[in-house]
Parts: sequence; structure tokens; C-alpha cells
Amino acid sequence: MTWLNSHLLTFLVFAPALLGFLILALPQRLARLARMLGFMGALAFFALSLAWLLGRGGGAGINLAERTPWFTLVGLPVDYSLAVDGLNLWLVILTTFLVPLTMLGTWNSLKDRIGTFAALFLMLETGMLGALMAQDLFFFYLFWEAMLIPMYFMIGVWGGDERRYAANKFFLYTLSGSLLWLVALLYLANKAGGFNPAVMGQAASTLPFGVQCWLFLAFAVAFAIKVPLFPLHTWLPDAHVQAPTAGSVILAGVLLKLGGYGFIRFAIPMFPDAAMHYAKPLALLSVIAIVYGALVAMVQRDIKKLVAYSSVSHMGFVMLGLASFTVIGTQGALLQMLNHGISTGALFLLVGMLYDRAHTRMIADFGGVAVKMPVFTTFFLIVTLSSIGLPLTNGFVGEFWILNGTFLSGFAWGRLYACLATSGVLLGAVYMLWMFKRVFWGPENKDEDSGTHHLHSDLNAREIAVMLPLVVLILWMGIHPRTFVAASEAPVTALLQDAKAPAIRTFMLKPAVPPVPAADAVQAPAAHEGHAEPAAHEVHR
Amino acid sequence: MTGMDAILQGGLQGYLVVALLLFAIGLATVLLRRTLLMQFMGVELMLNAANVALLAFARFRGGDAQATVFYLFIIAVAACEAAVGLALIIGLYRHRNTTDSDRAAGLKQ
Amino acid sequence: MNKYYWLIPILPLLGSAFNGLLGKRAGKSVVTVVGLGVVFGSLLLAISAFFAMKALPDHRLILNYGEWMGTGSLSVPFGLAIDPLSGTMMLVITGIGFLIHVYSVGYMHEDEGYARFFCYLNLFVFFMLMLVLGSSLVLMFVGWEGVGLCSYLLIGYFFETDFAPAAGLKAFLMNRVGDLGVAIGMMVLFAAFGTLTVSDILTQAGHLAPEVGFGVLTFATLMLFVGATGKSAQLPLYLWLPDAMAGPTPVSALIHAATMVTSGIYLICRLAPVFTLTPITMDVVAWVGAVTALFAATIGLVQRDIKKVLAYSTVSQLGFMFLGLGASGFAAGFFHVFTHAWFKALLFLGAGSVIHAMHHEQDLFKMGGLKAKMPATFWTMLVATLAIIGFPGTSGFASKDEILYLAYLKHPALWVIGVIAACCTAFYMLRLFTLTFLGKPRDHHAFDHAHESPVSMTLPLAVLAVGTVAAVWLGWPKAFGGDFRIEAWLAPATTYGQLHAAHGEHGSHQLAWGLAAVSTLFGLGSAVFGYFSYKDGLAVSEARAAKFPFLHTLLLNKYFVDEGVELYLLRPIRWFGNVLWKLFDVIIIDGVGVNLPGALVRVFGDFTALFQTGRVRNYALSMALGAAVLLYVFLK
Repeated sequence: MTWLNSHLLTFLVFAPALLGFLILALPQRLARLARMLGFMGALAFFALSLAWLLGRGGGAGINLAERTPWFTLVGLPVDYSLAVDGLNLWLVILTTFLVPLTMLGTWNSLKDRIGTFAALFLMLETGMLGALMAQDLFFFYLFWEAMLIPMYFMIGVWGGDERRYAANKFFLYTLSGSLLWLVALLYLANKAGGFNPAVMGQAASTLPFGVQCWLFLAFAVAFAIKVPLFPLHTWLPDAHVQAPTAGSVILAGVLLKLGGYGFIRFAIPMFPDAAMHYAKPLALLSVIAIVYGALVAMVQRDIKKLVAYSSVSHMGFVMLGLASFTVIGTQGALLQMLNHGISTGALFLLVGMLYDRAHTRMIADFGGVAVKMPVFTTFFLIVTLSSIGLPLTNGFVGEFWILNGTFLSGFAWGRLYACLATSGVLLGAVYMLWMFKRVFWGPENKDEDSGTHHLHSDLNAREIAVMLPLVVLILWMGIHPRTFVAASEAPVTALLQDAKAPAIRTFMLKPAVPPVPAADAVQAPAAHEGHAEPAAHEVHR
Repeated sequence: MTGMDAILQGGLQGYLVVALLLFAIGLATVLLRRTLLMQFMGVELMLNAANVALLAFARFRGGDAQATVFYLFIIAVAACEAAVGLALIIGLYRHRNTTDSDRAAGLKQ
Repeated sequence: MNKYYWLIPILPLLGSAFNGLLGKRAGKSVVTVVGLGVVFGSLLLAISAFFAMKALPDHRLILNYGEWMGTGSLSVPFGLAIDPLSGTMMLVITGIGFLIHVYSVGYMHEDEGYARFFCYLNLFVFFMLMLVLGSSLVLMFVGWEGVGLCSYLLIGYFFETDFAPAAGLKAFLMNRVGDLGVAIGMMVLFAAFGTLTVSDILTQAGHLAPEVGFGVLTFATLMLFVGATGKSAQLPLYLWLPDAMAGPTPVSALIHAATMVTSGIYLICRLAPVFTLTPITMDVVAWVGAVTALFAATIGLVQRDIKKVLAYSTVSQLGFMFLGLGASGFAAGFFHVFTHAWFKALLFLGAGSVIHAMHHEQDLFKMGGLKAKMPATFWTMLVATLAIIGFPGTSGFASKDEILYLAYLKHPALWVIGVIAACCTAFYMLRLFTLTFLGKPRDHHAFDHAHESPVSMTLPLAVLAVGTVAAVWLGWPKAFGGDFRIEAWLAPATTYGQLHAAHGEHGSHQLAWGLAAVSTLFGLGSAVFGYFSYKDGLAVSEARAAKFPFLHTLLLNKYFVDEGVELYLLRPIRWFGNVLWKLFDVIIIDGVGVNLPGALVRVFGDFTALFQTGRVRNYALSMALGAAVLLYVFLK
């Protein structure tokens, strides 16, 4: 037990994969047992992660870390280094939470090789947790690539009709980005003499600015593909549509988050100057992603593809928040990542439940589902509302922070982009509610071939048990978001300070004729006049 | 000293010429015949050509025992190889009803 | 009592949760008790809170319940702010809301979704109270979006029909367009004031000079006004309100007449000290209000659906309110909100009573002569009709007259528009009233089955009628010997210690008398004209319509705005989305950017694959040749 006490994180990361291999060794005829074992194991890991990460650290100040020298790669030391802090705490818990939930939610969705699937799922969990916790860039890279393999098989073996194309596309798209990144990584590691991000950041700051920019771009492209940021998003719709429900949920719920997490954990702190240099293009692409994803989602005919494109739009918000370089915006981005994991994960689960019954996902095949499945409709509506950012649900808080953070951003473009990005909130309502209306409302579709015709049962107890925690979380995050961002407030503030992010821009208002005492005046230290001044912050070169 | 002389006198070159001829015959068999069995025999010829050369060199460099040992090893390995190879050929024949190597091109794609 | 006031909004929320989760199993009587009980409890607490606030010297009761969503420099507490403005609104919402809940018991009695209906209705009361009482703009925005959601759910209440879901969707999306304005307005205000707490913003605004020209605050207030046009159905975002009549009639009365649609006016009143700083915005508000008032009133002239007439009337009356606000008459505008809440709720409930009696017949042309069958509905509707056409002495007269007077002071043209709109109002209301209750029945089958509604429906009508009459007490204009006490009452909320005068120049009492005489004369004239046009049936009006076919078609089709929006806005957007998807996403990014490199690699691979014949002899030959070359190279 003493070993375990000092290696909690190691256990959390590798235990799922070990269990996965164990399950893999079980004979085919025990597949149902394998699935049950996998689920119980995942549930236990979730409980342990809650107990250890929240219980031991005692809330906001938590810091669990392990670090030992591991091996030397052509003279460069690689550390075995895992840590959980404010930045990744909730992402780790989100991962351990979604895995058992998804297993339960897709219990009967797959018919063949269910044991293997559960095993791959657990290995994927190891990959994701490792990538989230790794504090050494080479270590991180290993996990980053390792995640691809189980997901590749999940799409390629259990996917839809176009699964081979989708799986290959997903794999090659992501790999091509990360190979570029690997080159940059090795280059910088050679300069820094190791893979410790702090040391590498130090080394990077001594390089010429142009080199820093190239390095940042290599990092950024790899992460942006994962996010995915427009125009690197086209693997996503294919992967999501072809993947089995469980794959889609984890893809949206955790894998995409790793892109944004990569920015906040590595790319931005390591190359702050380059990051701020490219903040404008990043923000521009984010705004385009928000609007573009929404417009394309609007005209989709397949519900799952619609949700997939909505991910592009929602993750655009995350990137916009990160590019704002304000505490509010970055906190919003972190929360939005969790939001998206919960809401979009829930949407994919719900679409999966519908597909399991109707064997179609085309919007036109439905109509009047609310009559046949009232409970399902209620859950779908709540998740939809969360997805379109209705206040008191999680979506609102994240988007509100991101938009306000962007508006306050020290960069000159912040205000305009914030205003443009609000249109994403409108378009989000358009595509989600329009789809909702066509699928759930209206007269019942009595056509023999229609999807509605094949719906015979409302949600069963298992499915309700899956959705309830998600709905509770949606409301909890909307009503008390502090639970989920309190831990990251300090690290984010420190990070932005270290990056020397520009001060927020506010408006100066003219006082009335009898001047007022300073104490009552506009409480904005770094106030600037009016809309259009060349900000004093564009000095990062 | 001409090549013919060397052969008649029993010098190194004579052995090498024999090895060369053996090798050439084996290679030609492999390249020209399409029957796997014949190709296999060609391979064996080439192998033994190499053995002849090996032993000849050994003999003319001072009767080194190592080479003889090697030769014995190679004979043993070749026997094993022959067993496996023949088994594969028979397997192919059972499967495809042919031993024509050109028709066993399924791994092309 | 202070520590229970958080229950004012929370009680309806609990009721909603109960009705939604357990209502169906619990049965209709339990749903009734819970649904009505929570709103009544909320009403009692609201009355108590109102008087507690009144007892305070500065009339400001602010209750804080901890932090909600603060991070960085942003702090948003859960807080309720009760002052004269929000207190009055709170009473209107819980009071009229309760009456409409009572009415719904009778109206919705046979509906299968009874529990669902009360779940939504309670939820609406919760969100509406949040909108009104929220101490920060963000919390108000919670209510703002929340009432939009409830409106969406209630309009789409009959979700198995074709039109109700479409109407609900339209309402939500048009409201969302406005909400964008509110969101942007909030961002600007946050950047300007460093806080989103209303009282802090107002305190700071009190120390500011009015903006000359187009400044930051003008932008912010204009954006907020965009939100107000969405929620309060003003041009150009009014289209959803007439369609919203697809919902059950109590919903139309509560949400689309008395409370939710006035939240745009409430928002402007709430931020009156900020709006006062921005003359450009005030002009925009006044003109948009005036034009909407006239525009909607003209459409109302020819509609056949009783609820559609009332819907356009609501749009028009809301325009009056904005006209009042724009003329710096925050008290006048709000007073019209107050009186309108009574008489329009009464009109809608009366219409609902008629519809209920006629077995869901809403066509005016098929009614007639109902006076004999439904006396209670007839008399209460008469009270409301007199109020809305501004019959001297009624509450509608008091509030409308004050607005028109202020409009004249701002610009005479505004007054002219307002008077024409008022004349249209008088005409279509008398048309509605005459066609419904007077004359001879035009559909005898329906008429024979018509009956007076149950007590649970007529009682609220009676109470609302009393309220309609009594409301005048709060704001009889000064020019006619009253004291317009609502102005002094609201002053702490609308001026907030502002240093400069917030009012335009003051006219004289003679001017007020003159203006009132002209507008009343014209209004009553139109009313009489309306009565005589329809008292003998439809012949007169049909002849008139035949004389002006173009105008009639234009009005009947609501100026073809819906069709225009579909053709010139929605279709291009969908087309654009399709272009982005099929051309940009699939062909350009995916085709050229992703699959083309893949295809190139494949072509190269196919070329090299030519050398892979699959024949052992070829491989052996190339091996032999290779070995020969190597031998040559090494042994040379």
C-alpha cells in the first residue's frame, strides 16, 4: 500500500490498460463477463479518481505529482512525470466519468466482440489520462500518439459503412500534424537538453523570434487538428458519423479537449510571445469556425453529422477564449471544454439511443418523436438547451465568459471578434432547435419506413441512469460553475502573468460637470479612450 | 596456365569453375522453369555451388576444419529447408491444384 | 420576513419541478393545488416584500445569496433587487399571473397535458421574476432567455400539430436575435462600468455626462434596444408575436400580452439613467415605437382571427410604450405597461372565454350575437375595450394620453403617428367587439352550443375588470387634475440621483387639454365608425374591401413581410450553408486539401506497384542482377 500511496497517478493512468489486457485474455465466450468487468473497473477508477483527486488534495490547492528520471533518448533525459493540478483536474475527472457512463450508455449497441471493445476502451482511457497528466513532453507525445490506436480500431472495426475511410482519415490527419510537431519537439529538446516543458520554454525564449514562431506553429497545428480548428476540421464529421456511439462520445468528450488542453498546458506557456503574435489569426480562425460550423450544421440531414459540426462551432469558442489572453476568457475556455464534453457527449449518447431503436439518423425520417418517447424528448430538450447556451445551464457560463473575455481582451481585434462570435449563439439555436422541431415535434410520422415508426419503447432504466448524471451536471455547472473553475483560477492567472498578456481594455466614460471623487469613478485602471486607439499592448515582438 | 590446365591439374580454379557452372545451372533453372519443384531444385543447386566454393577455398587455404563444420551445418539446414519448402509446395498444390509459381501471385496487391 | 424573500422566484420553480416530474402521476387536482399554490404563495411573499421595500427610506431592498459565476474581474452574485420599479412589476407578475393560473384551471381542464402546462406556466413565472428582480444584468438575462424558453415551450404546447412547433421555433429564434443585442450590450457595459450589477451601473451612470453624438453608451443602449425589440415584438423583430397565438389562450394573456412582451420596456426603464445619457438611442426608441404602433395597428384592421387581432393590437400598444420611453417618459411608458397588463390580459382571457364557448372557433366572421349567451364575458370585455380605445376616464385613456402628450413635446410628427395608430386601435377593437358580441349570429350551429364559461374563468375576468378600472388611480395625468403619482413613485428607480434633468421641455396644461381633446375626438370617431361598419354584419366592410383591393390584400397578408423574410433572408442563409458544406467543406478543404495529397500518394504507389508482378522468377531475376551488379562494384 505504501507504493500505491506515492503512485496514485501511476495507478490511475495504467490500471485501465492493465485491466484492458486482462479482459483481452478472456476467451470469446466470456465476452459478456468481460464487458461487465470493464464497466465495473471503469466505475471503480472513476470513484478512485474522485476520492484521490478531490478528497486528498482538499479542493482548490490540490497538487499531485510524480516525477522520476526514466530513460535517455540520444542523450536527452526523458522524465516519467505525471501531475494533476488546477488545469487538468476536471478534465481528468471528466475522462474517468465519461468512460463508465459511455460503457453503460452503449451497453447493447454493439453485438460482436464486445469484450475486445471494452478492452480497447480501457486502453484508450489510459492514453487519455496519460496525455492529460504527463508533464514531460516526450512522455506526453507517447500518450498522445497511443490514444490514436484504440480509437482507430474502434472506428475501423465497429464503425458504420464508411468506417475504413473514416478511420484512416482520422489516423493520418492527426498523425501528419503530430509528426511535424515531433520534429519541432526534437529540435527544441536538443536546444534545451531535455523534454521538461519549463526548461524547453526557457530555451525557446532565447531563440530568435522567427524560430519561436515556427516552433509555436508546429505545436499549434498538431493541437489545432485535434481541437479541431477550422480549416483542419474535416476529419471530424467523418470520424464522428462513422464511429460507434461510444467512440463518438469519447472523441467529442475527451479527445478534442486534448487539443485545447495542449494549447493551455504547453503551446502558450512555452512560447508566450509567439502565441500572442499569432493570437489574431487564431482568434480569426476561431470566429470563422464558430460561424462556419454553425452554418454547415444547419443544413445537415443526419443528426449525428449535425452534432459533429456543432462541435466545430463549440470548440471554436474554446479557441477564441484561449486566444483572448484574459483570465475570464481562458477560464471560460476551460469551462467550455468541460461543457462541450458533457453536452455533446450527452447528445451523441442520445442520438445513439435513437439510432439503436430506429436504425436511422436522418432528420427527415423522424417527426413527432415526442409523442412516442416523452422521457427521451425531455432529456434531449434539456441537453439541447445546454448546447445552445441557455442561462442556468453549463453552456451559458462558458460562452458568456469567453465572449466577455474576448471583448475585454487587450488586443485591438477583441471587441469586434466578440461581437461577431455572438452570432454563433444565435446560429446554435437555429440548427439545434430546428432539428429538434423536425425530429420531435409536429405530427407523428406514420410512414412505414420512417424512423418514428420503428420507435417502440421509451428510455429504459439503464438509459435514464446514464442521462440523469449528465443532466445534473449540466445544471450544476450552470448554477455553480465555481466548483469547476475555482482550481484553475490561480494557475490561469499566473500563466497569463508569466506570458505578460496585455492588460484588459475598458472604456473611459466622461463624468458630468461637477467632477466626482476618484473612488466612485470608473473602476478600470488601464482604461483607454473610446473604441479605436492603437492599443499600447501590441509590443510583443 | 589456362583454365583448362587448372582443372586438369586439380588446382583451386578447377573447383571454382565447377562451382560456377553449378551455380549458373541452378540460377537458370530458377529463372526459366515455372514449376516450383524445379525452381526449388535450382535453389538447392545454387546452395551446393556455394558449398563447393567454400570447401575449395578451405582446402587451398590450409585445410581449415571450420569450413568443413560449416558445410555440415549447411547440409543440415538445407535438409530442413528442403523439408519445409517441399511441405509448402505440397500445401500450395493441395490448395491451388498447381505448382506453377507464376500463378501464385496473390500477394501482389 | 426578509429571509424568506428568496422564495418569491423559487416557489414557482419548485412548483414547476414538481408538476414536471410528478404531476402526471399525482393527478390533476394535486397539480392544480401545487400550480396555483406556489404562485399564490409567491404573491403573498411579494406583497410582503413590496411593503418591506416601501418602508425603507431609499426604497431599495437588495438581497444577496452568494456568488454565481464570477471569475477574474467579473463578479455576478445571486441577488434580488426590489425597488419601486421591480416591486410593481413583481406584483403585476404574481398578481395577474395568479389570476391567469386560476383561469387556466378551467380553460385547460380537458387537456391531456395539464401537468405539463402548469409545469411550463410555473417555470415562466420563475423566469419572469428572475428577469424583474435580478440584481445584475446577467441574472436578468437568465430571466430574459428563460421566459423566451417558456414562451417557446408554451407556443409549441400543441406540439403534435404542424403550425405550433413552427410558431414556437420562430418565436425563440427571433428572440435570440434580440438576445444577441442584449449580450453585446452587456459586454460593452461591462467594459465601460467594470460591473454588471444594476445598482452599481446606475450609480456610476448618475455621475456621467450625456453623450454627444454616437458614443460607447449609445452603442450599448442601441444593442440593448435590439434585445427589447425582440422580446417586445417591435419592428423589425415583431413577426413572432402574431404566430405565437398558436399557444393556449391563457398563455397569450400571460406571456404575450401582460408580462413577457413588456420586458423590453422594463429593461429600458431599469437602465433609464443610462438610456437618458444617450439621446440618439432615445430618438431611435421613440421612432421605432411610433412606427410599430401604426404599422401593427393597420394590420389589425383586417384580421379575421380574434387572437390575431389582439396580437397585432399588443404589438401596437407595445409600440406606444416605447414611444413613451423614447420621449423620456419612463413613468408614462411604464404606466402603460401597467394598465395594458390589466386590460390586455382581460381582453385575451375574454377572447379565450369566447373561443372556449365556441368550441375553439377563432374566426370573428363566424361569431356574433354572443352578448345574450355570455353576459359576464360581454361586460368585462366592454370594460377592457373602452380602456384600450382610450375612452375618457379609463386607465387606458390616462396612460395613452400621457404618452401622446410627451410624444408631441418630443416631435409633433410622433404625436400624429400616435393619434392615427390610436384611431386604428379604436376601429379594430370596436370591429372585434361588434362582430363577437353584437349583431346576429353568423354560425348558428356554434352559436347554439355556446355557453358562458365556468366560474374559474369568469372570476379572473371580473377581477381583471376591476383592476382595469382601478389602475387609473396610479396615474391620472396632472393636466386633468390628477397627480400622476407613478412618476414620483418610480423616480428613485428611473433617475437614480442623476445630476442632469432627464426630461424634455414641459408644456402647459392648455396644450395637454387641446391634444387630448383632438386625439380623443378622433379616437371615438373611429370607434363609432367601427361600430357602424360591422353592426349589421359583414356587407359594409366587404364592399369597402372590394373598393381598395390592393390595400386590403396588403393588410390581410401583413405587408408580405413573412414571405419576404423567407425569400430574401432565410433561403439565402440556407443556400449559403449548403454552399459552405458541399463546396467548401467537401470539395475544397476535404477534396483539394486532404484527399488530393492522399490520391497523389496513391498514384505514385500504383506506379511503383507495376514492378511488383507477384512472380517469383521476376524477383529472382532482379535479385540475381542486383547481386551481379554488387559483385561487379565490389570486385572491380
